[in-house]
Amino acid sequence: MAEMDTSSGGGHKKGPGVKKPKKQSTRVDLTPMVDLGFLLITFFVFTTTMSQATAMNMNEPKDDPTNLLKVKNSGAMTLLLGKNDLVYYYMGELSPTDASKQFRSSNFKDIRQVILDKKKATPIGDLMYIIKSDKEATFKNAIDILDEMSISEIPPGHYAEVDMSDTESQLIKMTEAANGIK
Amino acid sequence: MGRAKIPRKSTNIDMTAMCDVAFLLLSFFILATKTKPPEAVAVITPSSVSTKVAKEEAILVTLTKEGKVYLMLGDKAHKNAILDDINTTKALGLSATEMAKLRKTEFIGVPFNQLKSLLNLSEPMEPGKMPGIPCIDSTNNELTDWIRSVTNAYKGENMDNLNLLVKGDNAAKYPVFKSIKESFKRNDIYKFKVVTNSEAPPAGSELANDKAIEKK
Repeated sequence: MAEMDTSSGGGHKKGPGVKKPKKQSTRVDLTPMVDLGFLLITFFVFTTTMSQATAMNMNEPKDDPTNLLKVKNSGAMTLLLGKNDLVYYYMGELSPTDASKQFRSSNFKDIRQVILDKKKATPIGDLMYIIKSDKEATFKNAIDILDEMSISEIPPGHYAEVDMSDTESQLIKMTEAANGIK
Repeated sequence: MGRAKIPRKSTNIDMTAMCDVAFLLLSFFILATKTKPPEAVAVITPSSVSTKVAKEEAILVTLTKEGKVYLMLGDKAHKNAILDDINTTKALGLSATEMAKLRKTEFIGVPFNQLKSLLNLSEPMEPGKMPGIPCIDSTNNELTDWIRSVTNAYKGENMDNLNLLVKGDNAAKYPVFKSIKESFKRNDIYKFKVVTNSEAPPAGSELANDKAIEKK
């Protein structure tokens, strides 16, 4: 039936005219196989990313209109996140008369020094960073600015995210127009 | 004089053992590597200096760069509880077979009114094609309803068990993130985590200096 004929021509006549097939060695050269094995190992080792996602803690304040936090004017710095990864900032409160003078534009690279300078110049009890994000700001911006706070070791509770006021978004628009940012 | 003959040895080595080792290592690496958890859509997360590792079993809110919101509901027991809860509270009227199908779906990314028709599709829809859970509109923030069901499912447990993760794309716009936060807040969740890539603190910064001192 379905059996393989393993006997190399045996069973047939064994005579002087029939050639005996050479017995082949069962040894295979394993060197290429080893090569392949190690190649695959190196491939897997190198392609495995060791980067594990980390988690950043976020603590949101409870909204309580009756218990608003009072911030000293001298210790407050407002950071405004705008379009194109730009950051605008001003110290204290915006004065209605010369708001444009107070208002400065910066970027994520330079803002670190500004944050640090403010931290050094202000007694820690008064220090408060107010973060406001524009509609055009990205998720990355929002995370980056919070990360900036941990980089400069601003203690929690000394920065907060607040909604942007109309005056401020107006000011951003004006600055953007003046700087030719689309 | 007859010299002592040094027998010539063959340079052939038996490779079998080496081959065994190579493939053993190979299979070890293949089996030991954890595959990435499934992703609804490709999301490039921002980086932060945080060093905490994100746990895998989590309620994961994914925010794509188009501003679509997807939800992934943690471990099985809680997932079932959440889905049962949403079915009753939102009166979705899903049948037992539809619920069974829903339990198998990994990503939820459609508004409530499309959920039923989605489950009755002959072939499951690709997450990338789903419209996302509506949440930007404050009057129709369906994510709030989902999160409410999540909190209901975790009721009576330690709230620290609730591992709420937000995974957002770099290019996602801020207002969507804000409405996600809003939907958490409405359910009295004030603590959550954001998935980021880890990054070393920049040289010369306060954090980097402090870490260097700690090491010493």
